[in-house]
Amino acid sequence: MNHALTLITFIPLAGMVIILSTPQAMKDVCKWIAAAATGLQVLIAIWLYRSFDTATTAIQFSEKHAWIPTYHISYFIGVDGISISMVLLTALICFISVFASFSINRAEKAYYALLLMLDTGMMGVFVALDFFLFYIFWEVMLLPMYFLIGIWGGPRREYAAIKFFLYTLLGSVLILLAMLGLYYYGAQSTFDMTVLASNASHYSSAFQKIVWLALFIGFAIKIPAFPFHTWLPDAHVEAPTAISVILAGVLLKMGTYGILRVNFAILPEATHQLAWLFLGVIGTINIVYGAMCAMAQTDFKKLIAYSSISHMGYVMLGCASFTAAGINGAVLQMFNHGTVTAMLFILVGVIYDRAHHREIAGFGGLAQQMPFYAGMTGLAFFAGMGLPGMSAFISEVLVLIGAWQTYPLMTALGAATAILTAGYLLWTYQRIYLGSFNEKYAGYADLSFREAFTLVPLAIIVLVLGVYPQAVLGLLNTSLVHLNQIVLSTPGPVVALLH
Amino acid sequence: MDLGNYASLAHFLPELLLSAGILLLVIVDLIVANKSHLGDLALIITAGTLLLIALTPVTANALLFHRMLVFDGFAMFFRALIALAALVAVWMSMGSEEVRTCDQGEYYAILLASTLAMFLMAESANLLMAYLALEFVSLTSYILTGFLRHNRRSLEAALKYLIYGGVASGTMIYGMSWIFGVSGSLDFTAINHALTSPGNLPVLAVFIALVLILAGMGYKVASVPFHMWAPDVYTGAPIPITTFLAIGSKAAGFALLTRFFFPAISSLTATGSWQVLKGVDWPQLLLVICIVTMTLGNLAALQQTNMKRLLAYSSIAQAGYALMGFVVLSNDGIRAMLFYLFAYYVMDAGAFLVVMIVANSTGREDIDAYRGLAWRGGIVPAIALSIFLLSLTGIPLTVGFIGKFYLFAAVIRGQFYVLAIVGVLNSVVSLYYYMRPIKTMFLDTPNGDEGRLAPDTWNYGLMGVLACATIVLGLYWSPIIAFANRSLNFFLGAA
Repeated sequence: MNHALTLITFIPLAGMVIILSTPQAMKDVCKWIAAAATGLQVLIAIWLYRSFDTATTAIQFSEKHAWIPTYHISYFIGVDGISISMVLLTALICFISVFASFSINRAEKAYYALLLMLDTGMMGVFVALDFFLFYIFWEVMLLPMYFLIGIWGGPRREYAAIKFFLYTLLGSVLILLAMLGLYYYGAQSTFDMTVLASNASHYSSAFQKIVWLALFIGFAIKIPAFPFHTWLPDAHVEAPTAISVILAGVLLKMGTYGILRVNFAILPEATHQLAWLFLGVIGTINIVYGAMCAMAQTDFKKLIAYSSISHMGYVMLGCASFTAAGINGAVLQMFNHGTVTAMLFILVGVIYDRAHHREIAGFGGLAQQMPFYAGMTGLAFFAGMGLPGMSAFISEVLVLIGAWQTYPLMTALGAATAILTAGYLLWTYQRIYLGSFNEKYAGYADLSFREAFTLVPLAIIVLVLGVYPQAVLGLLNTSLVHLNQIVLSTPGPVVALLH
Repeated sequence: MDLGNYASLAHFLPELLLSAGILLLVIVDLIVANKSHLGDLALIITAGTLLLIALTPVTANALLFHRMLVFDGFAMFFRALIALAALVAVWMSMGSEEVRTCDQGEYYAILLASTLAMFLMAESANLLMAYLALEFVSLTSYILTGFLRHNRRSLEAALKYLIYGGVASGTMIYGMSWIFGVSGSLDFTAINHALTSPGNLPVLAVFIALVLILAGMGYKVASVPFHMWAPDVYTGAPIPITTFLAIGSKAAGFALLTRFFFPAISSLTATGSWQVLKGVDWPQLLLVICIVTMTLGNLAALQQTNMKRLLAYSSIAQAGYALMGFVVLSNDGIRAMLFYLFAYYVMDAGAFLVVMIVANSTGREDIDAYRGLAWRGGIVPAIALSIFLLSLTGIPLTVGFIGKFYLFAAVIRGQFYVLAIVGVLNSVVSLYYYMRPIKTMFLDTPNGDEGRLAPDTWNYGLMGVLACATIVLGLYWSPIIAFANRSLNFFLGAA
């Protein structure tokens, strides 16, 4: 398995080619080809998980081939503690989302082909260690996303799709400029992220700050950080279920992953000086503002979308804390949020497939009619609230413990928001599943086998990581602590505000 | 090496073949009753010319015909690019319903004459020669634009083109007379010599001369403020001619512009950057033109509902992008510009080809004609057009992205940060209008009255080649950048 990462990245692309070459008459086979491709990915991910050496900070499973030698561009992929959990998450979420897509009944061939292309793009972002390659994967993903929202989405799909595309392109062109700046003004001209990171001290601190900001805006749009978050609710509401799952489950993590991989590793000094404002303060705004917006929503899916914004705030706050607990908690939160939100969006999709609307006020007493479904939702909601015993509890507590040492005030705000979170989730649960039963919904079937199949594995992961977080934390710890040390070894911020 | 008339001919074979071909076309047209094979003949002549160019080694640089033309790596690049543009134009003409109604003999003869004129424009080493070549290109272009004699729009376009062209070239030749007055010569080498030798040159006079000359050259590349003709001419001309003007004529304009502004009136330093002579600050002027050109092109394109017009404004914006490589005053920038012109050739020719395919079937050029194209038998052209438009936007895995990558690399390296920001913001704005046809083709459902697309092998073949080239060169572009690198070779000869 010398080429495990190449395989895990390009198997979906091979699947896409196979799907495109199947004749129109055999279009029912497409979903099974997609399932097989993503299934293989999961198997490779399991193998990676078992062979990953948790004791080292070195790049593992790396492959490097010259691509365009005159510009020092190479095909360089590999994983370390920062990316391994995201590779596992991507494989898992893509597999689940194929099954969550089985209700798609229009132009299936194109749908699954685009889904697999998206899969390759996301996986590529997490394994790429050459900046140029990273950028290619980062951008390539936009196109399938545009079509998946634009063709199979809801009523305002065209608006949502182009808004998503424009926003993210705006972010990525700034990343492109920053990348070129790093290339030309470094100790040596290279796109190799490991080399760029080892030459970090070469850049002047003013240059570091400008490039840091360009990169930050690019990544913040993806997270999405306040005030760049406005594309997300639109995209989520219009996207089909499986695409929402991928969007919240994997895509948002690319933003925070990029910040760790590029901003932290390559520009540690600027990170140390700017993080309190751009990750700390904005992260806290995300937490509080996202939760408040969620509370005001009447659309079930939009509520979950805003809760995503709120939860991604914890990731930003954890990264900005510069403590081992905080940064570990942040990456663990990325993983946990991926699984929990995936569940939540699948659950919204389940009821939308039956009722064809998502108005919270229009439901009531569904627990009587669909007990298994209501139970699953309860589990996902409790996980979203960060209740002890659930995975998100561990990561949010780690973030708060870490951040408390650096930013007590912001941490207090973040912790207090847990009440708002519990408020909007319990209130929603009450309005949809409890109370008097709306007779309109009599005759609704409980979860089908396929729906249960998409939810149960995620539920198991949520519960297992709630009691045994070490299963993921063990992968991260060594690399993240090392990364944190590098950042801490640079001069800190002059402004000691809020410390 | 200065060559006399006879010795020059050895370096002049592609042009000679082209000239012989033009005469042959005229003669065959007089003799043969069945005109339908004249296109084949024109295609063979163009392909032969291209082959001859590919086989010509650039061994020794030379000045030809008593220093009128120059034979060097730079000229070779544009010879190849223009011949490729002519090949596409002839191929498209043979598959175009519009052109089928025209007089075949004249049409192809003038098309090839225009190609010859563009060659001369790219090879000029003397302002007088440059002026004659530019006028030659213009005159043939006017005729080609107005070739649909019974179409009012086509005639109107030709007339507009003629009037704007007359003003621009008049301004240009006036500027040339200032240069002659200042330097005492029209020869590029002598002008350079006059500018580099010590002594007081009236800087203001040189600057005014450059502004005036820029009118003529800017008109050919369609940069602001000399762009006004482009939307009308691109919309009115037959589609193969629009394509030829967009890719060939623009490339020739860039060739002349580069040759005049770099080797003739600037000097190359050891570090690969160019230095302005005598403090004549033309780069600032071009920087403004560059920024305004791309911004205006993109903003105007946002409103368009006709595909040809949309692509016309887009080509103005694209000229603005290419100019970024120009204003950074470095060999990096010129290389990026050459690469971008090549990329632009592939993707813009492809986009116009799809417009022609749709126009052939439906007779329409407005965006509404593309409604749901992917779902009514046009999935292949729809995908191809998407590839071309995304490449024009600069999305990765296309040659357009690599082109922009090189341009921005040169801009960042030259520390033109504002230009870099304006450039990328323009890319984002352009996404909106490039996505509109894509949205119409894929996201909208057909009304049912648009009709189905009839596939035709001839046009689909070329479309496939261009689409594959757009993707393949987006993944592996080393040969093209190596070619652009080899072409960074300007020859001036001794003064």
